[in-house]
Amino acid sequence: MAFTSGIDVGSTYTKAVIIDQDREVVGKAVCKTGFLLDEAAKKANDQAVRQAGLTQDDIRYTMATGFGRHQISFSDLTATDMTASARGTTHLFPGTRTILDVGGQTMKASLIDGDAKIRSFRLNDKCAAGTGAFLEKTAHYMGYTTEEIGSLAVTSKEPVPISGVCAVFAESEVINHLSQGNTPSDIMHGAILSLVDRSMQLMKRVKMEAEYTLIGGIMQFSTMKRVLQETLEADVNIPAPEMVQFIPALGAALLGQYRLEKIVQESQDAQKV
Amino acid sequence: MAYAVGVDVGSTQTKAVIVDESKKIVGRALIDTGANVITAAEKAYAIALADNGIREEEVEYVIGTGYGRYRVTFGNTQVTEISCHARGAVHIFPNTRTVLDMGGQDTKAIRVTAGGDIFDFCMNDKCAAGTGRFLGAAANALDIPLNQLGSRALQAEKAVKISTTCTVFAESEVLSWLGKGKKIEDILLGVHQSIASRSAGLLRRVGIEEEVSFTGGVAKNIGMVKTLEDALEVKLNINEDSHFMGALGAALFALDHILASRSPKLAAEI
Repeated sequence: MAFTSGIDVGSTYTKAVIIDQDREVVGKAVCKTGFLLDEAAKKANDQAVRQAGLTQDDIRYTMATGFGRHQISFSDLTATDMTASARGTTHLFPGTRTILDVGGQTMKASLIDGDAKIRSFRLNDKCAAGTGAFLEKTAHYMGYTTEEIGSLAVTSKEPVPISGVCAVFAESEVINHLSQGNTPSDIMHGAILSLVDRSMQLMKRVKMEAEYTLIGGIMQFSTMKRVLQETLEADVNIPAPEMVQFIPALGAALLGQYRLEKIVQESQDAQKV
Repeated sequence: MAYAVGVDVGSTQTKAVIVDESKKIVGRALIDTGANVITAAEKAYAIALADNGIREEEVEYVIGTGYGRYRVTFGNTQVTEISCHARGAVHIFPNTRTVLDMGGQDTKAIRVTAGGDIFDFCMNDKCAAGTGRFLGAAANALDIPLNQLGSRALQAEKAVKISTTCTVFAESEVLSWLGKGKKIEDILLGVHQSIASRSAGLLRRVGIEEEVSFTGGVAKNIGMVKTLEDALEVKLNINEDSHFMGALGAALFALDHILASRSPKLAAEI
């Protein structure tokens, strides 16, 4: 059995996915990226291999993606985030035309065709206001952890408007709202609305079309999903919570699998000659 | 003797200055603004009064400025921080034509006329990049006190180029350079240069005319002064009271009111 590994070195988290030759996920793992990218990649990969009940020798091909993909010493090939996301997304939802990926330090929107080829894309990577870091900062200013964002926003009744122009300026805004007696959950809800507003702008710029698929760690927050769905006024595809963060890694593993099949085919053809 | 007071409630720190009728500073205070803006203004005022034992009854007029100026509940009126910073800088350096004020969350470039009036200004309003906060993020990441950043930066051999624009991401970038074995001093110089280049951009939008006065809390940072001077290729006016320019300007406007109220003709003009 030939297994392939896909590793996505993201700005905040590193994800690894192992698939078998039937393209089934047999192992996955996530760890903090930190500053030693190759080590983070090794760690995530080792964990995923162990989870699959395999050893590294069983992995025939490793494909890397994400912002840190070039820092990985043991990958066979690399693919851009957009290509890997498109591949992973269409594997799960073949009708996808627009992908929104919101991660810790980036927000990406891509428009793809039926063959998972990118037609256009836009990303926000210069400013924390359009990324998970904005929610994280807002939570921290109020004394909450990143893990508490989801449960905090869910209990909100009435969102407080948050301008969302700058994650640093948000601090004064949050403090002002708290001193006026607004609850942390309503403020968190407001922060999510401002993030949704930014994602809509990004998707409009790629000239979005149905079907929509939402991926990335931020989609673990149910409020984010619900508000995006309401704003788009359309059905949206969202991978299962345990997979939503792993789509580019899955895409990389799939690309690795295609590559491997091609190599095997070529060597068989060469032998025939 | 009547006294005039200026209270500058900034995003990060609150400053208060008391001047006497000869425009001499006779009291000052500098505290963190914190969460309660109203209390911060009151506290800074009380400290400035206590500085030289001035009683509140002796104060005839109070002006609030800065982003929290409408929360200075004891103030007689408010004046924008742009006017106050320009007024303070021109008072200390009468030949000032350009003012760069760098604070905790905003950076302002102001052009003034020979008469000290505001000709044009420009400030960062959408983003905290290029403000004192960027230095704060670096200080935090490197665990170095803010007041040592500048001197450490000046010991650099070769600046590390900082590529992030966003203050939030700068913290991670600084740590990643540290992880790659870069020297703290070289990283710090890169951070200073990145802020200097953004400020230079802001200044060019209003036009740089000498003399240029550098005010605000960050003007206390010698590394920032040096990198700015290199980037702008001009010598900057620096004063040890750089922190207090906005409050001083407000106090001087307050003094105008006091003096004008004594002369009905002048009062009509104000």
